[in-house]
Amino acid sequence: MEPDRSKLQATDLRKSFGATSAVAGVSLAVDPGEIVGLLGPNGAGKSTTISMICGLVKPDGGTVTIAGEPVGEDAAAVKRRIGLVPQEISLYEDLSAIGNLELFGALYGLEGSVLAERIHAALELVGLADRAKAKPATFSGGMKRRLNIACALVHDPDVLLLDEPTVGVDPQSRNAIFANIEALRGRGKAIVYTTHYMEEAERLCDRIVIMDHGRVVASGTRESLMRMLPPREKPKVVEPDPRGTLEDLFLHLTGKQLRD
Amino acid sequence: MNALTALVRKDLILYFSNRRAVLVTLAAPILIGAFFGAIMGGPPKKPARVPVAVVDLDASAVSKSMVAAMKTDTTFELEESAEPAAIARVREGKVRAAVVIPKGFGDSAVRALFRPGATKPQVTVHYDPSQAITVALVKGLLTEHAMKAVSQAAFSGATGSKVIAESRDQVKSSTAIGESERRDLLALFDSVERLQSRSQTPGASPVSQGLTMPFEMSQSEVTSGGDRKYNSYAHAFAGMGVQFVLFMGIELGVGVLLMRRMGIWKRLRAAPVSRTLLLGSRIASGTVTALLLMAGIYAAAIAIFGVRIEGSVIGFAGVLVAFALLASTFGLLIAAVGRTPEATRGVAILATLLLVMLGGAWVPTFVFPEWLQSATLVVPTRWAVDGLDAMTWRGLGIEAAWAPIAAMLACSAAFAWIAVKNFDWEE
Repeated sequence: MEPDRSKLQATDLRKSFGATSAVAGVSLAVDPGEIVGLLGPNGAGKSTTISMICGLVKPDGGTVTIAGEPVGEDAAAVKRRIGLVPQEISLYEDLSAIGNLELFGALYGLEGSVLAERIHAALELVGLADRAKAKPATFSGGMKRRLNIACALVHDPDVLLLDEPTVGVDPQSRNAIFANIEALRGRGKAIVYTTHYMEEAERLCDRIVIMDHGRVVASGTRESLMRMLPPREKPKVVEPDPRGTLEDLFLHLTGKQLRD
Repeated sequence: MNALTALVRKDLILYFSNRRAVLVTLAAPILIGAFFGAIMGGPPKKPARVPVAVVDLDASAVSKSMVAAMKTDTTFELEESAEPAAIARVREGKVRAAVVIPKGFGDSAVRALFRPGATKPQVTVHYDPSQAITVALVKGLLTEHAMKAVSQAAFSGATGSKVIAESRDQVKSSTAIGESERRDLLALFDSVERLQSRSQTPGASPVSQGLTMPFEMSQSEVTSGGDRKYNSYAHAFAGMGVQFVLFMGIELGVGVLLMRRMGIWKRLRAAPVSRTLLLGSRIASGTVTALLLMAGIYAAAIAIFGVRIEGSVIGFAGVLVAFALLASTFGLLIAAVGRTPEATRGVAILATLLLVMLGGAWVPTFVFPEWLQSATLVVPTRWAVDGLDAMTWRGLGIEAAWAPIAAMLACSAAFAWIAVKNFDWEE
């Protein structure tokens, strides 16, 4: 694959912690306006992969580029093109919503009226414009999750990394978050979405990458992946799709044993 | 607003928006400083009299004279009682010591004055071990009054005459004394006897008052000069300010660990900002916070407790800035070596209490043993407290601030270096 064809290109990423190999040769590419789902059981290497993509962890091997430009460490300018939504609700609870956005906007070099416009746009997108001056400490779980996403959007990144952004939210908030993500895809963002919820991946993702033991065990569209499922495993549950579900495929590829 | 300003501003807003925590951080050192200041002297005043019991088992003219002299001494709050009662009073903490004058003290003491080989009477001092410093005071004053009473008796009283007569007989019959020495001693006894007989003539003025202190003493406090007086609140506020601002440093460090747990640190690290800027902003905001807290603590000390910056104001500001930087880098060190917020907070509080204790924040370092006074020079809090003392009640010039400032800056640099080297940047 040519490096400049994708907005985000990760090639042969490798990372070990001591004797433990966390990621062993992961490659993935995400085009503008595409959502790629990163699935895998606990300990599969998803979070380490995300950390390497956004420069939090230095890979032992492999490269990450945004439109051909390598993602370096720390103050590299290319990091301005990445937005990270951590799995945790990473907000300052005692700063107002607007205060959080001002801080994260300033870290990405935004100032003055540009920052104010971006903050307004981000709050509008996640439906929190009317709570701009309220503190996250007063928010519901779903509102905090939406603000968590807004903080990653305030600098208008080209690549958005979402690490399980819907953990612990109610169906309404989840639906709202899905709508936000689909809107961002419509604006041409390249999105990596990690989740444990198969129905989320089925609804949102254009392509799916399944990881296990630090490696990519399968990738492709939902339809292409479903063709990998052996016939005997398909009728496990009654599903509208006679070929089975993405979850069936997931369990087929990664096994049914509990990981934690 | 650039990234550094935004990070510092965020830290300050978060710290000072928690009004209850800020109030406690300010109120605690002020209240405890006021308490320590009050019990360690407070505003200038006359020294308190030391309560001491005396047991006169001798009841001779000499011992009575000695007890009478002690009663007039303004250093003592003297009470006479029987020995068991006196010891009980010491045990109860009602008196600091009990002096027991043994039976036969008068005769034995006068005899021992002229005859070095004679058995000396033994005066016993029962003392409160928690007030051991009082023993030295009691012994010193007891010596003064005993020497006066005994020598007065030796040169003028009936006891003295009897002892001189005994001593003359011994010197005459002794084979261990040379002839010339015997002659000199007998001549001395003759002179003393003449003095004794003159003082015993009715209506004659006493020719001897006994041995008295051969000097008069005037006392002068060495403070910042003029009519300024020592204010013990100055030291107490320096100590408590240092302690509680270091506690703020702990919160700064634990705050980083909490940010890490909450994923906020990950988000900050994902931004295009350098590690230096991330840690530097934390040092800057911690330093500003520490400075504001110290300013608040000293504002109360000045306004309510009469503490004054009698020395160099610039030196005082320099010491405060250096200490604020020290507290901030101390917090960063905690963030670098800590693992979990809960475990780190406990260990850091223990470390801080040791630092402030050894730094003289609770009690001045001059009460430490000599070796500990030297050893604590490596403790940065010692420099902070000494520097603040020097610029406040000691009233010293800026030259006295340079060493504390340099020591604290060096420690800050060491803390920062260790923190940066040990900081776990992997997420």
